[in-house]
Amino acid sequence: MSAPSPIAAGLVQEGQRMASICNACRYCEGYCAVFPALERRLSFSEGDLAYLSNLCHDCGACYYACQYAPPHEFQLNLPKMMSEIRAATYRKYAWPGFLVALFERNGLVVSVITMACIVLFLLGMIVFVDAQALLAVHADSNGAFYALLSHGAMVRIFGAVFALALAMLLVAAARFWRDIGEQAGTILSAGPLGRSIDAALRLTYLRGGGDGCAYSDDQPSPARRTYHQITFYGFLFCFAATCVATVYHYALGRHAPYAWWSLPTLLGTAGGIALLIGPAGLLALKARRDAVLTNEKQVGMDVGFLAQLLIVSGTGLLLLALRGSAAMGILLALHLGAVMAFFITLPYGKFVHAVYRFTALVRYYVERRRPVPELGPE
Amino acid sequence: MDRSRPYDVLILGGGNAALCAAITARRAGRSVLLLESAPKDFRGGNSRHTRNLRCMHDAPADVLTGTYDEEEYWQDLFKVTGGQTNERLARMTIRHTATCRQWMIEHGVRFQPSLGGTLHVSRTNAFFLGGGKALVNAYYRAAEALGVEIRYDTEVIGLNIRDGRFISAVAASRGIDHEIHGAAVIAAAGGFESNLAWLREAWGSTADNFLVRGTPYNMGRVLRLLLDNEAKSIGDPTQGHCVAIDARAPKFDGGICTRVDCVSLGIVVNEKAQRFYDEGEDYWPKRYAIWGRLVAEQPNQIAYSIIDVKSMGKFIPPVYPPFKGQSLRELALALHLDPAAFEATVAQFNAALRPGTFDHTVLDDCATQGLVPPKTHWARAIDTPPFFAYPLRPGITFTYLGVTVNERAQVILSDDRPATNIFAAGEIMAGNVLGNGYIAGIGMAIGTTFGHIAGREAARHVGT
Repeated sequence: MSAPSPIAAGLVQEGQRMASICNACRYCEGYCAVFPALERRLSFSEGDLAYLSNLCHDCGACYYACQYAPPHEFQLNLPKMMSEIRAATYRKYAWPGFLVALFERNGLVVSVITMACIVLFLLGMIVFVDAQALLAVHADSNGAFYALLSHGAMVRIFGAVFALALAMLLVAAARFWRDIGEQAGTILSAGPLGRSIDAALRLTYLRGGGDGCAYSDDQPSPARRTYHQITFYGFLFCFAATCVATVYHYALGRHAPYAWWSLPTLLGTAGGIALLIGPAGLLALKARRDAVLTNEKQVGMDVGFLAQLLIVSGTGLLLLALRGSAAMGILLALHLGAVMAFFITLPYGKFVHAVYRFTALVRYYVERRRPVPELGPE
Repeated sequence: MDRSRPYDVLILGGGNAALCAAITARRAGRSVLLLESAPKDFRGGNSRHTRNLRCMHDAPADVLTGTYDEEEYWQDLFKVTGGQTNERLARMTIRHTATCRQWMIEHGVRFQPSLGGTLHVSRTNAFFLGGGKALVNAYYRAAEALGVEIRYDTEVIGLNIRDGRFISAVAASRGIDHEIHGAAVIAAAGGFESNLAWLREAWGSTADNFLVRGTPYNMGRVLRLLLDNEAKSIGDPTQGHCVAIDARAPKFDGGICTRVDCVSLGIVVNEKAQRFYDEGEDYWPKRYAIWGRLVAEQPNQIAYSIIDVKSMGKFIPPVYPPFKGQSLRELALALHLDPAAFEATVAQFNAALRPGTFDHTVLDDCATQGLVPPKTHWARAIDTPPFFAYPLRPGITFTYLGVTVNERAQVILSDDRPATNIFAAGEIMAGNVLGNGYIAGIGMAIGTTFGHIAGREAARHVGT
């Protein structure tokens, strides 16, 4: 007998009830991809709900437009229901499955892992290098970082953990893809893939139909999409900085630390600043969000992830500013510990939303190429 | 609300027409107080259940395809009303819909292409993104930002009118009555379709089995007060727009999702398991409006739309699951119908079918021969299990009775004089334009047009 699905039967039933109301009403069709996807169906399986809830960007526009929203007796709150199912899908598809407990009290889990990683890096430097070097002032130009942790060791440790996290995320995405009813091969369709990348890069479906998400009542505002974009592109810039630095190191033989005007440093600095502004803005918005839309069980994970990004970018920028001072050693341990914790928790934290949402978007565009069941006029 | 102070313009009601009037009067520099009888969560009257505006346009325009000129619009309106319309007011309305969308967009309304299953109105009707509640929300935000004062949970229970001149209104809020003075008043409080006692007066006890598709707050109080104060009525007091909806829908506020769109695909029987009307007379969008009355005429105001598995998935899925039977007998038992009578009705229907080619997208040649009543299109044997049924009841959408107005939206008194400072907009005066029948998106056209006119004229009156 297979284990019970992490998506509770009652939640699936509630999802089916709500989706059936939406399918009969259809007023929200123009808001996002969820409604056209929903209208292709006559009934909703657990896999359908897993797909639709990850396609939902949680802008909340449909809730405020809904004639059936509470206190109406139909008690329709689609975004919140989808948030609950979405959280359950993270547990359902995570691989390896024995680690899904990490999703429970995720904010705490992430904090503990972050602390542990920082302590390990500090201890490691004390044990394997020495406490004096950790607190010494290093000249900026002589590869000071690597006096504390060799470049080779850094690449091996971080490369291995990142590769493992990436593999786990790919397996999870594949499990999701199969469960929502797609064949393995279809995910590589060039057209849908291109359109999904475009929708992700532009966050097409976090626009609330054009005017933005509602903060803090039904007043639409572009703020959430803007802060999310700053966060997302900040992350991409930091990732690009790492890639460029890798090319510099191995292909060009130019070793860190790099001057402030060098490409890796400029990219990293811009990305780091964006990763301070974006997550801080998102945290501030979260506090102002209408309570009716908030899935309380999800708050720990969301806040934990944003805090993690703030710590990574904050320590990174401090390290850049103070790398010539005696604080460098401690800051390096802090930053490396924070980054390591970020990598470790990638498959078991809020980051997974990007994987599932993108996969759901590909499914949406794959599905759009198939004929719609023909219905008579209403 | 400052009760000691008279407002320039008092708005009675809180739906589309009321909001268009309030915003227009406020933008003209007048002080405006809007009284909505519903609590904030249910504000907006029946506008919250609407979804589109029928628009005249001489060329394709954003979400509207093709063209829809004044004459065609007028002919459509004339046809559905059977001539029960005031051509002058109707043409004013039609012409206003050609330009009002820009005003709506400026005040926060967004449009979307016609919804799935509504391609037949993509040329004539502009759909609101998110539907009528999103429109109502946008207007309330705009009105508040402009400084319109808004009171929810506040019902008008008295009007102080002397010699056809409005002096003040008495409003009840949280059990306390207040007298509010206004230099002009705009009545935009809808019809009486939520008032079960009034419906019983018009329809007798059959009204007890009616479901009200929209707001429970359209009690017709303001309409009654105006009629009691010598306003000249318009529209048949015993008629309402009634469609057949799922019998399991809530008594009030079930809205769009309670519709059942499979009548033309199967047969419809009453509680005696007898058919009573041609289910395939015309395309469903042209016929659903008569089925409310047809069901209302049946014993206990109930009927059942019956299809077999061939038709499943060929219409917009209704919100309630169908009753299901592996045999006709099993389905009859589930519906508490006499199984023998039900089987006989279906057998008789199946036997009367003449050969044809089924095509739901055209008026096809699948019809019965020698059967009374006939089914003239889309008649296919009900012979493939499982069989399905959706129970139907009359669902009332709006009532026709209203007050007569002139082209300035002034209420006409029983001596045919216009009241100088009493205006009306929306459903409460829709009978001037739509005295009978219905076409999609006309209610919002009338409400928007006369909301703007009433707001403008009330502001002008106060200014003089």
